[in-house]
Amino acid sequence: MTVYRIRNTLRPVVPRTVSVRSVEQAVVRLLRDCVCRLPPDYLSALREAEVREASPLGRRVLRMLLDNAELADRAHVPTCQDTGIPVLFVEVGQDVHFVDGCLREALEAAVREAYRDLRKSVVRDPLLRENTGDNTPPVVHYEIVPGDRVRIATLVKGFGAEMTSAVRMLPATAGEPEVKRFVVDVVQRAGPNACPPLIVGVGLGSSFDGVALLAKKALLRPLGVPNPKPHLARLERELLEAINATGVGPQGLGGTCTALAVHVEAYPTHIAALPVAVNLNCSAPRRGEVVL
Amino acid sequence: MTEHYLRTPLSDEDTLRLRAGDWVYLSGVAYGARDVAHQRMAEALRRGEPLPIPLAGQVIYYVGPAPAKEGWPVGPAGPTTSGRMDPFTVPLLERGLKITIGKGTRSQEVKEALVRCRAAYLAAVGGAAALLARHIVRARPVAYGDLGTEAIWELEFSEFPAVVVNDAHGGDLYQSAPQAYARP
Repeated sequence: MTVYRIRNTLRPVVPRTVSVRSVEQAVVRLLRDCVCRLPPDYLSALREAEVREASPLGRRVLRMLLDNAELADRAHVPTCQDTGIPVLFVEVGQDVHFVDGCLREALEAAVREAYRDLRKSVVRDPLLRENTGDNTPPVVHYEIVPGDRVRIATLVKGFGAEMTSAVRMLPATAGEPEVKRFVVDVVQRAGPNACPPLIVGVGLGSSFDGVALLAKKALLRPLGVPNPKPHLARLERELLEAINATGVGPQGLGGTCTALAVHVEAYPTHIAALPVAVNLNCSAPRRGEVVL
Repeated sequence: MTEHYLRTPLSDEDTLRLRAGDWVYLSGVAYGARDVAHQRMAEALRRGEPLPIPLAGQVIYYVGPAPAKEGWPVGPAGPTTSGRMDPFTVPLLERGLKITIGKGTRSQEVKEALVRCRAAYLAAVGGAAALLARHIVRARPVAYGDLGTEAIWELEFSEFPAVVVNDAHGGDLYQSAPQAYARP
C-alpha cells in the first residue's frame, strides 16, 4: 500500500462539540416513538385509500389498519410485532466533533435500550443464527455533509416487505419501459407477502450497492412529496397507476389500492448500465428523524 | 361476506364449511409457531419422536409476538409470512392440523394437502398487530422456550379475525380476488 504524505494546511476552526451521550438519548426516543406512532402523512393517505378502495374486503382491511394505528398510538405499543433490524442514516456535519465516547457504540447502546421491551429479531450470524438477545447491531449508513448539525433518520422495517425487495442491473438502453416492467413485477411477485398497501421505493442509477441504498432512502420521503425532477415525478405517477392496476389490493386480497405512493430517487450512473432497485415498505411504515 | 364463529378443536365439518373470502372469528386454544419451531417439529417427526403439541383439530398461527406490555396478556402479535413454513406443513396437516393462519402465498404442495386433509389456510391482517393482540387473551410458551419469541406458544383466542384464503375445496383467494380487480 502506498501512503501519500500530504501537508495539512491547517487553519484554526472551532468545531461544534456533540456528546455521543446526547446522540444515544435522542436515538432511544426516536426509535421508541416511531415503532408506536405511524407518520401522519401515511395515515392520511391510508384514510383517503379507505374511501377510494373498490373492494369491500379491501376497505375492511384498511379500516383495521387505521384502528390498529390508533390503538398502538393510544396504548403506546408497537403497531407491528416485527420491529426489524433498525436502519440508521447518520448525517454528520463536517464541523462536528464527537466527545464522551464512540459514536458507533452509542448508537448500539441506543438500540439496546429502545428494544428492551420490543421483539428481538436479530441473529448474530446469517448461518449460525444465534439471536443477539438485544436487537443489536443496527445497520448504519454514515454521510459527511457541510455544517455543524447531526441528523439521524431511521427506518424500522419488517422483513416481510424487505424479503420481497430486489435489485436488477438493466443494460444502458433498456429505458423506461423495462424499468416499469421490473418495478411492477417485483410488486406483483411480492403480492400479499409484503403486506400491502405499500410504499414503493425505487432507486435508479448509481452502482450495484448505491442503487439499493437509493431505493431505501426513497422510503424516507414523506408521502405527497413528489420527486422535484418533472420526468421522475411523472414516472412516480405512472408507476403508481400501473401498480394499482394489478388488482393485488390491500393485503393481497384483491382491490384497487396496492400502493399508496411510489418514490423514485436517481443518481448518475455508468454508460453501460441502468441499475434499478425496488425496496418495498409495508402497511406499518415506521420512520422518523431527529436533528441535533 | 360470510362470517363463521368457530371454537377449537375443529372438526372436518367446521373446515368444510369455509370458503375462500369468508371471515372466521376463532376462539379457544391455538398454537403460535414460526420458522425454527417448525424445523424442530419436522426433525422430531423424522426421528419418530412425539411432538410437543397436539395437532388433531388444532390451529397453528405463524407468529413471533413482541414482549407483553404490563396489563396485556401478549405483546403485538401479527402474522408472519407463511411461505417459509411450507416445507414443514404437509406432515402436520396429515396429522390432523385443521387451520394454519399467517399471511402470504402457500406452495402448490400445501394447497393440495389442504384439500386432501380437509383443512384451511387463513390470513390475518399483517401490520394490525396491536389490534390482533386484543383477540389473544392468554399466552405462554409451551415448547422450545430457548427460542425466545420463536418458541411454540399456547394462545387463547377470543374471536380472532382472519379471512379464508385457501379452502378445503381448492378455492384460492390470492388467485381469484386480484383477478377481479386487475385493469389492463
